[in-house]
Amino acid sequence: MTDSPLLTIRDLYVEGRAGEDWLPIIKGIDLTLHRGEVLGLIGESGAGKSTLGLAAMGFARDGCRISRGEIRFDGIDLRTTSERAKRKLRGRRIAYVAQSAAASFNPAHKLIDQYAEAPLLHGVMAREQARHDAIELYDKMRLPNPQEIGFRYPHQVSGGQLQRAMTAMAMACRPDLIIFDEPTTALDVTTQIEVLAAIRDIVRQFGTAAIYITHDLAVVAQMADRIKILLRGEQVEEADTRTMLAAPREDYTKSLWAVRSFARAEQPAATDDPIISVRGVTAAYGKTTVLQDVSFDIHAGRTVAVVGESGSGKSTAARVITGLLPPVAGEILLDGTALPPDYRARTRDQLRQCQMIYQMADTALNPKLTLREIIGRPAEMYLGLHGRALRDRVRALLEMIELEPDSYIDRLPSELSGGQKQRIGIARALAADPRLIICDEVTSALDQIVQEGILRLLDKLQSELGLAYMFITHDLATVRAIADDVVVMKQGRIVEQGTKAQVFAPPHAPYTDLLLSSVPEMDPDWLSNLLKARSV
Amino acid sequence: MHAVLIMIAQRLALGALTLIVVSIVIFSATELLPGDLASAILGQSATPETLAALRAQLGLNDPAPVRYWAWLTGALQGDFGVSLATRRPIADMIEQRLGNTLFLALYAAALAVPLALVLGILAALWRNSIFDRVANAGALSAISFPEFFIAYILVLWLAQTGYFPSMVRLTPVTSFPDKLYMSFLPALTLTLVVTAHMMRMTRAAIINLMAQPYIEMARLKGASPLRIVLRHALPNALAPIINVIALNLAYLITGVVVVEVVFVYPGLGQLMVDSVAKRDIAVVQAIALIFASAYVLLNLTADVLSTLTNPRLMKRG
Repeated sequence: MTDSPLLTIRDLYVEGRAGEDWLPIIKGIDLTLHRGEVLGLIGESGAGKSTLGLAAMGFARDGCRISRGEIRFDGIDLRTTSERAKRKLRGRRIAYVAQSAAASFNPAHKLIDQYAEAPLLHGVMAREQARHDAIELYDKMRLPNPQEIGFRYPHQVSGGQLQRAMTAMAMACRPDLIIFDEPTTALDVTTQIEVLAAIRDIVRQFGTAAIYITHDLAVVAQMADRIKILLRGEQVEEADTRTMLAAPREDYTKSLWAVRSFARAEQPAATDDPIISVRGVTAAYGKTTVLQDVSFDIHAGRTVAVVGESGSGKSTAARVITGLLPPVAGEILLDGTALPPDYRARTRDQLRQCQMIYQMADTALNPKLTLREIIGRPAEMYLGLHGRALRDRVRALLEMIELEPDSYIDRLPSELSGGQKQRIGIARALAADPRLIICDEVTSALDQIVQEGILRLLDKLQSELGLAYMFITHDLATVRAIADDVVVMKQGRIVEQGTKAQVFAPPHAPYTDLLLSSVPEMDPDWLSNLLKARSV
Repeated sequence: MHAVLIMIAQRLALGALTLIVVSIVIFSATELLPGDLASAILGQSATPETLAALRAQLGLNDPAPVRYWAWLTGALQGDFGVSLATRRPIADMIEQRLGNTLFLALYAAALAVPLALVLGILAALWRNSIFDRVANAGALSAISFPEFFIAYILVLWLAQTGYFPSMVRLTPVTSFPDKLYMSFLPALTLTLVVTAHMMRMTRAAIINLMAQPYIEMARLKGASPLRIVLRHALPNALAPIINVIALNLAYLITGVVVVEVVFVYPGLGQLMVDSVAKRDIAVVQAIALIFASAYVLLNLTADVLSTLTNPRLMKRG
């Protein structure tokens, strides 16, 4: 690379407003990107990845400001140039692909009109030409039915397809640089592969430079030529992909690798009677059947992982067990006796035995209540605890989830981090003294390191209290780490179930095989090899 | 489109049901008043014999449901009965007044709605600027003063100085430009009263959307601020705006009593006030029913329009 770099960032500082003060988000980052090069940007949430990506477009979100440093794109100083000049660059020469395509497409306009917006705005193409071009790129991005899909509204198209349509949209003006901000994080593994392959192809084909932001190392290994690791707004290290994977220098980088090492000890197949038995359950929302003849058991002290893509019926199964959705057919047995299908008909003691933890700890906790009230309420309602007994119980629960009672008991959820909120979710479930806890994607919204902590905590509680878990997830790495038994679901049916060893050892059902092989691996050649293998 | 037709049919049925309930309420309310029509008509001169005779003549001895049914079926055919005070058919009295009221409402709406939308959009575009603050403060002051106060201020400034008439004398032969000229002050008063509400809703609905990821996306595609507001925010903000407009239009038809009185405007509001003073209950009933229908119809229209602006409701699946 002898030509002058496409993008150089020198000693960049970005600040965010916190009340009266400005707190630093990016603290003195340097970045160099050459034409046609893909740079991977890795870090936990809050590391400043997105802020840095946007700063590369000379853009700061409302409430943020670029306070110091230099951003130079192809010789243009983005810090001093006018807003109008920057508008001419955006969409035309630098494009952006957002994390959630579903939220980043305007719900009021058709996909193809949103595609054509930038080319028309920047005078690159006429409308007819832009539409023509859109269809061609939709085809290149391997969208089904490229002739027709652009004429739909965003809500009529699936998440994976929207993400590809958004990448096509970013390509519309054939920019020199694209910022990909976690483009596959919200997708299922099987969909992720398709999107990754399509993005990589098109970036290579047009020789576009890219900054690829993600928290998933295995993903970035497939996409990037070089990797830069961020921690709290500062650079940890930067190296080309293979070097970084083979020989990380910094401890923090090594700890990112280590996360995947947690694994629960193998347990022999269960021999005792199950706590909960799901027997031939069929369930429907209105006329749409979402579960078809589903049966599985959950034993004390064991974790059943229910795996599948979104729409496979995992969460519906949990709703049937808890009685939120009475099934059309089949029944739920608790210790061998059938539970009333509707939770309103169940006794308080039956309800107590099965508790839930939710994916979004943020929205699952009442923001107006203190932790004492949040955790105390189920203890009071189910166990009839009052006064001193109640207070001791809450304190004991906080200790169990490794939060210091004195400093936490009177806090509000807003004063906690994401991982701590999820711990409160766990304590609230434990407060009822349940035998089964249903964990619905409880780690999906968390960073890997925080995830690790939650998984270890759940594991510890399980061995101390003999709890049973039903662990709903789409993340097979998590399944490998914590499951005893695995149930693989697809479109409302169970395609395979058994102990972890049985399900993960070949031969698999074809769908299990597809799921397993779709989990990205650290090997930078993994995606290429996989695509080659699948095309044969 | 099929789903939309079904929805419109459902809303129409619901609207009709609402009107029936309202008509029952109106009818029963007048039933509850002390005395009855006969004693109201005869007043001081009533003797037991004349009262009994009049009651028989008016059909007041029939049970309430029978009289309600007769009243309702008549009203549906445009026959509201006969005024107790003037002995003229109520429909004739109302017809011209209703036309005048609708004229004034449309006139004020034609001024207020575009004004409110433009001000609201500009305030959203330049939010927290001087313009935004002045527009907000101005709109709030206008809405805070009582209508009659605004009306008298306008009379003081624009009528006493001889620019516009302070009294509106409409006859069937008044030409359209003359009508516009004569009704300008009441229309302006109403505009000042209703603009603030619509403007602030437009501003709020747009600003509410400015934190959406698709707005950021539009900015990152290089769209100008005006384009972002008009093309990316406004289409998604239409539903609440339409609803507030409908509510204000309904107010323009039904809530203008004070303004009509100040400017001696021959509208329905005036007629209602006069009829209440004369205890002409039959006329009050008829006008109340018309006002209720205006509310129901306008809200129905707003519902349908806001559905039409939302592709998520229009095109499912």
